[in-house]
Amino acid sequence: MPNELSEAEVKLNEAKIDKILEKYEREAGGLIPILQEVQETCGYLPEGILTYVSERSKVPLSRIYGIVTFYAQFSLVPRGRNTIKICLGTACHVRGAVRILEKIERSLGIKPGQTTKDLMFTLETVNCLGACALGPLIVVDGKYFGKMTSAKVDKILRTYKKE
Amino acid sequence: MKKIKTANQLEDIRKSILEKRDANRPCITICGGTGCHAYACEEVIAAFKEEIEKQGLKTKVDIRITGCHGFCERGPLVVFHPEGIFYQQVKPEDVPEIVSETIIQNRIIDRLLYVDPRTNKKIKHENEIPFYKKQKRLIFGNNGKIDPTDITDYIAIDGYSSLAKVLSGISSKEVIEEISKAGLRGRGGAGFPTGRKWKLGREAVGETKYIICNADEGDPGAYMDRSLLEGNPHSVLEGMIIGAWVIGANKGYIYVRNEYPLAVKNVGVALKQAEGYGFLGKNILGSGFNFTIEINRGAGAFVCGEETALIASIEGRRGMPVLRPPYPVNHGLWRWPTVINNVETLANVPLIIARGASWYSKIGTKKSKGTKIFSLVGKVKNTGLVEVPMGITLREIVYDIGGGVPKGRKFKAVQIGGPSGGCIPERYLDLPIDYDSLVGAGAIMGSGGMVVMDDDTCMVDIARFFLEFVQDESCGKCVPCRIGTKRMVEILTRITQGEGEAEDIEHLKELARMVKNASLCGLGQTAPNPILSTLRYFRDEYEAHIRDKKCPARVCKDLITYSIDKEKCKGCLVCKKLCPEQAIEGKRKEPHGIDQAKCIKCGLCLDNCKFEAVIVS
Repeated sequence: MPNELSEAEVKLNEAKIDKILEKYEREAGGLIPILQEVQETCGYLPEGILTYVSERSKVPLSRIYGIVTFYAQFSLVPRGRNTIKICLGTACHVRGAVRILEKIERSLGIKPGQTTKDLMFTLETVNCLGACALGPLIVVDGKYFGKMTSAKVDKILRTYKKE
Repeated sequence: MKKIKTANQLEDIRKSILEKRDANRPCITICGGTGCHAYACEEVIAAFKEEIEKQGLKTKVDIRITGCHGFCERGPLVVFHPEGIFYQQVKPEDVPEIVSETIIQNRIIDRLLYVDPRTNKKIKHENEIPFYKKQKRLIFGNNGKIDPTDITDYIAIDGYSSLAKVLSGISSKEVIEEISKAGLRGRGGAGFPTGRKWKLGREAVGETKYIICNADEGDPGAYMDRSLLEGNPHSVLEGMIIGAWVIGANKGYIYVRNEYPLAVKNVGVALKQAEGYGFLGKNILGSGFNFTIEINRGAGAFVCGEETALIASIEGRRGMPVLRPPYPVNHGLWRWPTVINNVETLANVPLIIARGASWYSKIGTKKSKGTKIFSLVGKVKNTGLVEVPMGITLREIVYDIGGGVPKGRKFKAVQIGGPSGGCIPERYLDLPIDYDSLVGAGAIMGSGGMVVMDDDTCMVDIARFFLEFVQDESCGKCVPCRIGTKRMVEILTRITQGEGEAEDIEHLKELARMVKNASLCGLGQTAPNPILSTLRYFRDEYEAHIRDKKCPARVCKDLITYSIDKEKCKGCLVCKKLCPEQAIEGKRKEPHGIDQAKCIKCGLCLDNCKFEAVIVS
């Protein structure tokens, strides 16, 4: 599995990154929004791109690394085409979210934070998705599936595999 | 749109908006909150648009997509005005019938009405439903009336009139007095008096000042701030602009969780429109006051709800708290005086200015005024967001509004206040809820998450759940929080695995005391609360795990076994096919059995048995 973008890909992305950097140039605290937009553009934060951001914004790479590893949102490894977020908040927990998580883990053969080998799915746990009335809850690529049961898991996964 | 320059101009615009609107014109309001989105309300919306067009009613009937109505359990929700007819669990295929019957013929479709489970009567109007009846929806009620992406809807319900009132002749001192007299306290956690915070902000010395709206609603089980920002963003903006003017800030930030995309979107739309109308920007309503607001998206760190960590995050650093004092109100963002208010707190401000402190302070208890929005979730029939006057009892919320515990199970406790809060047992159900009574009972108001638990919920498991949460979210800066929470998780995990030892409870208490006293910020200082409150009320459950190696609620995997009731089992093979370990044996139409050596206790058989034949013991 390629873990890093090729030089050509980095070059290709640099133009886009320049635009993001320009947008936040005048703002003193812009580093987090910059990284958020970079991740939205590239899907994750490749080392080559971060080095480029560091050079351009004159923020040491060590500081960028510190931020990237502190906040749960950022990923240093490539992510799957579809992201499954499973809510493990209190309301979902008391309604059996752990059993849903275990079912997804078994079906995909990955643990939270990992991506399937075919790069189809990335599994993430979230401490609360803020739709507590519908728990247990999973969100696939922004689409909410409320009142989940372990029986529904495979059916939902299948619809994404077909695409 | 020409910018509004005076209070009178705002009134003129309001009049012209209202003149164009006919209160008797039929309007279909569809809930577009996150909850209803999960029920695919967008398909219902599309179906209504198509059907209205098809039946040639486009000029006669309005469709309004609103924010969350609160009754998330029953979504998608549709309300028909002016009659106020309330349909629940509406599906796209119901829509043609609704338009022909209800819209054109004024006939009610019985099957879409809400049925009161106690009386079995069908209820026609939204305000007659028990879930809404006991609520006092001062802040949240407007969610159902307005399209959050249309500022004229907010102006039509007197929006921005409080701002105009303040800017056209009330001194900032008088506003502070009014907010103080109203008794408004922060709705985000600790309940600090808002008037006093603003007074400190106003008196703080600095050529630049900031106001921040804390929308980093991270408490698991709470989502009222999200629904306010999604459903009525202008009410929050109006409160924020008033606050900024009072303290003398020209720049504000809304720090909102990245997990709330719809809130980010709707606030962004609201900011643009407010600027277009002249409620934000330069010389607001001709007063000479300049103020702009920017959105900052959080990046997934619970600790950023703590104000110094939040500031660090806006400044582009790791969200790690610093020791207070100095407090942000003197030494905040970029070292300038900064006032940080919660979303719901700010939404209360326009209401207080509009209706007066003496009216507002009549609602609630002696020391807690106004209403509070709770998210009523977990093991309760009517889940959703409820706004109630302070001083209401837990019993009223859980039973009268929430409809009690489902599936005939027994109520055990309510967890209030998220990871910093605690569990309140049945004997306190008649406790009037306010900031101080909750602290007395071992919980906190927090942001208002209320998770109901029944006898299927293991309290040791809940304590472990919260400690795992805070341990995961601990920023790692101070030792007591970083290591103390880790050790507590380890002990609790051992207990839930049946490996607890007699002295574990004392060790937990000792660690809890130390982490509470020695941690740097609120996250660590309150982290032991879930342990302390469950130990206080449910010590017997800890002892059952430790001494008898039993989980009374039958939750902890290592202490339970699954088996099949031979009488109830019909031999349908469903569980056998689903079992990932092939631990279930048996033939069609013959009672099945579980091979305990193979069983991994995944619960799939339990979840999927139609005959309730799977027993957990």
